[in-house]
Amino acid sequence: MAFLKPLALTVTLGAALFMTSSGSYAQDSFQSQLKARKGQFSLLALNVGVLGGMARGNMDYDAGLAQEAAENIVAIAAINQTPLWPEGSDGLSIEGTRAKPEIWEDFDDFASKWAAVATAADGLPDAVGDGVAAIGPALGALGGTCKDCHDTYRAPRN
Amino acid sequence: MVVAVIMLAAAALFAWQLMRPAPMELGRFDDIGGDPVAGEAVFWAAGCVSCHKAPGAEGEDQLVLSGGQRLETAFGTFVVPNISTDPDAGIGRWNVGTFAHAVTQGVSPNGRHYYPAFPYASYALMTDTDVADLFAYMTTLPASTAVQDDHDLKFPYTFRPGLGLWKRLNGDPRFKGPSGTPELERGRYLVEALSHCAECHTARDLIGRIDKDAWMAGAPNPTGTGRIPNITPGTLRWSRGDISYYLETGFTPDFDSAGGHMANVITNMQKLTPEDRNAIAAYLLQLPSQP
Repeated sequence: MAFLKPLALTVTLGAALFMTSSGSYAQDSFQSQLKARKGQFSLLALNVGVLGGMARGNMDYDAGLAQEAAENIVAIAAINQTPLWPEGSDGLSIEGTRAKPEIWEDFDDFASKWAAVATAADGLPDAVGDGVAAIGPALGALGGTCKDCHDTYRAPRN
Repeated sequence: MVVAVIMLAAAALFAWQLMRPAPMELGRFDDIGGDPVAGEAVFWAAGCVSCHKAPGAEGEDQLVLSGGQRLETAFGTFVVPNISTDPDAGIGRWNVGTFAHAVTQGVSPNGRHYYPAFPYASYALMTDTDVADLFAYMTTLPASTAVQDDHDLKFPYTFRPGLGLWKRLNGDPRFKGPSGTPELERGRYLVEALSHCAECHTARDLIGRIDKDAWMAGAPNPTGTGRIPNITPGTLRWSRGDISYYLETGFTPDFDSAGGHMANVITNMQKLTPEDRNAIAAYLLQLPSQP
């Protein structure tokens, strides 16, 4: 039953994006887009935290829970980012984000960095079922893709 | 009149002496016989790649130290030089002595001062063996023929001999933080000499010297917006395991992921041994808290 949850999430998110991606986003949706963006990263951190907690030995290893977290990460990484990054939502234009204006100078490159997150995430579900020792390296690969993007597109904390 | 001219000449001569690069006995490096394998570890700890890689280079491509990144700072734009093994565009003609003079004293083979964007004031604390090992490793890296632009700085920073005065005012290199156990000593060496953490994590005074009274208390980002955080215990509040894991993976205790230049630094720190990452954590946890 557990495996249905991430799948359901993928389907729901996919449907939501399908319904909205053909229309334009009105100006009053700007804040909602930002909230969705931040929420996505909170969801990501929550699930990475499950795997990280096990890898660090702060949590007992539980294959089922690890599997669930991994599949959630796959689902989150599959979200199309375009609607979440409206022009003008960088840290120089608005408060409360560390997104650098460089994102919009080369959005294709930015999108390819997110695609790399998805590729690394795809390796997680198979890896994390094999015992706690396999989590660290798989998570390391995922973390590398976070870093590759942050290195160029995220400013230091204020 | 004659007296005035003589006095002026004497003052000019005195000023010139103050601005000249300090001599260094370079022959002592010739006998060390650098070990390239040990040098690779020094290379990652010293973070050479983060600035000297080509803009945007990742993975193996980072090892082509062609330079070319542009660092926008309050002093103007620094263009990172090519330090690959190309004999003309890079440092392929250097020997270990000229390398040591450059890395630890900030002096080029033809006697010019380098700007302290190159963190030689930290590297001055490196052991001779580490310098020789680092050089031995760097001679194994690929060559790039890329010729980089000169720095584009604001007046008066364009006046390189002034850097001689800056070096004198900066004083002799000294360790600052705690030691006392072998682990702390190793951590201090990594943090203060090789990884040059204070170059960004400590504020500077009006003439750009690191303010040792505010050690690791955070500072404005030297190359953009935002602040480089305070990493002393009262503010950071991370455990030893938290710090080590962050340096290994880039994940904070709440599984956010490092941003900005620190993401580059993590790429280097990942290549250290777990013992070295723990030593850095131990050192940071023993620092006096700073507001």
